[in-house]
Amino acid sequence: MSISIRSPRDFCAGLIFLFFGTLAAYIARDYPMGSAVRMGPGYFPYVLGILLALLGVVVCIKSLLMHGERIESASLRALSLVLGAVGAFAGTIEGFGIVIATALLVGIGAAASPESRPREVAVLIAFLLALAVGVFTYGLGLPFRIFPV
Amino acid sequence: MELLANLQLGFDVALTLQNVLYCFLGVLLGTLIGVLPGIGPVATIAMLLPATFALPPVSALIMLAGIYYGAQYGGSTTAILVNLPGEASSVVTCLDGYAMAQQGRAGPALAVAALGSFFAGTVATLILVLFAPPLAEVAFKFGPAEYFSLMVLGLIAAIVLARGSLIKAIAMILLGLLLGLIGADTNTGQFRFTFGLPQLADGIGFVVVAMGMFGFSEIIANIERRARREVVMAKITSLFPTREDLKASWKAVLRGTGIGALLGILPGGGATLGSFAAYTLEKKVAKDPSRFGKGAIEGVAGPESANNAGAQTSFIPLLTLGIPANAVMALMVGAMTIHGITPGPQVMTERPELFWGMIASMWIGNLLLVVLNLPLIGIWVKLLSVPYRILYPAILLFACIGVYSLNNSAIDVALALAFGFLGYLFIKLDCEPAPLLLGFVLGPMMEENLRRALLLSRGDPTVFVTRPLSLTLLVVAAALLIIVVVPAVRKKREEAFQE
Repeated sequence: MSISIRSPRDFCAGLIFLFFGTLAAYIARDYPMGSAVRMGPGYFPYVLGILLALLGVVVCIKSLLMHGERIESASLRALSLVLGAVGAFAGTIEGFGIVIATALLVGIGAAASPESRPREVAVLIAFLLALAVGVFTYGLGLPFRIFPV
Repeated sequence: MELLANLQLGFDVALTLQNVLYCFLGVLLGTLIGVLPGIGPVATIAMLLPATFALPPVSALIMLAGIYYGAQYGGSTTAILVNLPGEASSVVTCLDGYAMAQQGRAGPALAVAALGSFFAGTVATLILVLFAPPLAEVAFKFGPAEYFSLMVLGLIAAIVLARGSLIKAIAMILLGLLLGLIGADTNTGQFRFTFGLPQLADGIGFVVVAMGMFGFSEIIANIERRARREVVMAKITSLFPTREDLKASWKAVLRGTGIGALLGILPGGGATLGSFAAYTLEKKVAKDPSRFGKGAIEGVAGPESANNAGAQTSFIPLLTLGIPANAVMALMVGAMTIHGITPGPQVMTERPELFWGMIASMWIGNLLLVVLNLPLIGIWVKLLSVPYRILYPAILLFACIGVYSLNNSAIDVALALAFGFLGYLFIKLDCEPAPLLLGFVLGPMMEENLRRALLLSRGDPTVFVTRPLSLTLLVVAAALLIIVVVPAVRKKREEAFQE
């Protein structure tokens, strides 16, 4: 019998768990372990990391033995544009102010949907800009810079 | 009687103009997001948390609680009218609710859902009033060992009740616990997992994780699913249920309330589980189970009562023990902490006005919901015609502003982005994010209590089994775990979640 991955979803999930578990245990090794009476900061995360890594291995092995569903294809457009929009907001809010950050966020974000229409997006940006400046900045008094200085 | 005096105090607080207003605002917003599919209570509460900073703590908590149970309510409207569950807890309502709507009986379905929910909400409020004080009494006897065991029980319950694979749920909890440890260790000041970034010294904010995993990743997944959504709206002719409808549903309401209230108290429970269990129960006790799925009114009345009862009783572990039972309650912990309140049994004695005010406001909120929902149903339905492509950029903006304004930190927004990516990955890999969030909140508390317990016992690990309360909690946890591993029960569990 040849070994093949029968449940791709579980196999990938197992790898992720294995990765984070190993990483956590590896980093936690450098923190003082202490003793059972006086636990050091390394003790709890080290144990958790080992457990997580072990579970990752179990999930991986199970995925070789039991059939499971395939991973649905991901929409790279939705993923990259939504996260890109959030990234643009994070990158511009402090240096360039709320107006530019909002326009970028809504503009890039709206393009993530295959149904998006340019004219609608323009109206939406205008509306949300008014909201961000009027309600959030002036109304609620959130400390945003409005325009780049 | 002390109880009446307490209730009196609660209503005095809750009935001030300001608090009624915030309660109204909360249930209104809750209904709104409940009606709109694709944004859940976790993301909404996370989004609105910064807006409540300026409010007095009582008003803030009243409003946030209103959002939660309002959302359970609103979710049923869309489930019945357009076969789209607005919230996870109304998934089962679609089955018979939409079938009724197709037969032209949308009105009675909505009315029964609303009245059942109101009844369930009233009973659940009473349960809170009756059982919270004695439970808090017990909680005062809790030492670190008991708290640790209780959290173990809570996490195990969360695993048992999670959908999908058990092992993956455990792994998600462990990952959550680890993420919760990021930052400076409280006992020694040692920086853990900060990768040299000073912004991580205080740990990752709870809202950041919640927004990433429940907000951003859901939006991406929703945009993908867009294609196969079409809204065919059922007409509402009359709201009034017939005598037969009422006769058929009152028992279902009672059963749903009971089962929902019970499951809501359990750690890891909450509204969703109750509605699934109630539906299964109704099908079991029905004389003719084949009617279900074809418009049986019990299939609406039971689950709808259950989810509302569960939403309310899930406040019990939070208010009495300080332990959040689900992701929404974990957010409430965050909200309380921001207002300088440590959740736990001492809230009842130190801040009685807050405790009883919040409980009283729940009943008022439920009343407001009936008023808000039945006559205004047309408005909510209209909202559904706003296309998602217009809705989600606005949600994105509110989410970003919400995350940013928590600490005025752009790094937080970037971190939420990273969690959005991780959350999306987990959606694709069929891993439930809720256990991770629970682990994230409990992580630091668990470590702290474990350390303290062992320090007090001078390193003797038997402390967890020699103290009777702690032992009981652990035995219950072990029993739960054994039950799900037994093959017969396991099959049942899968069946229950499939329906």
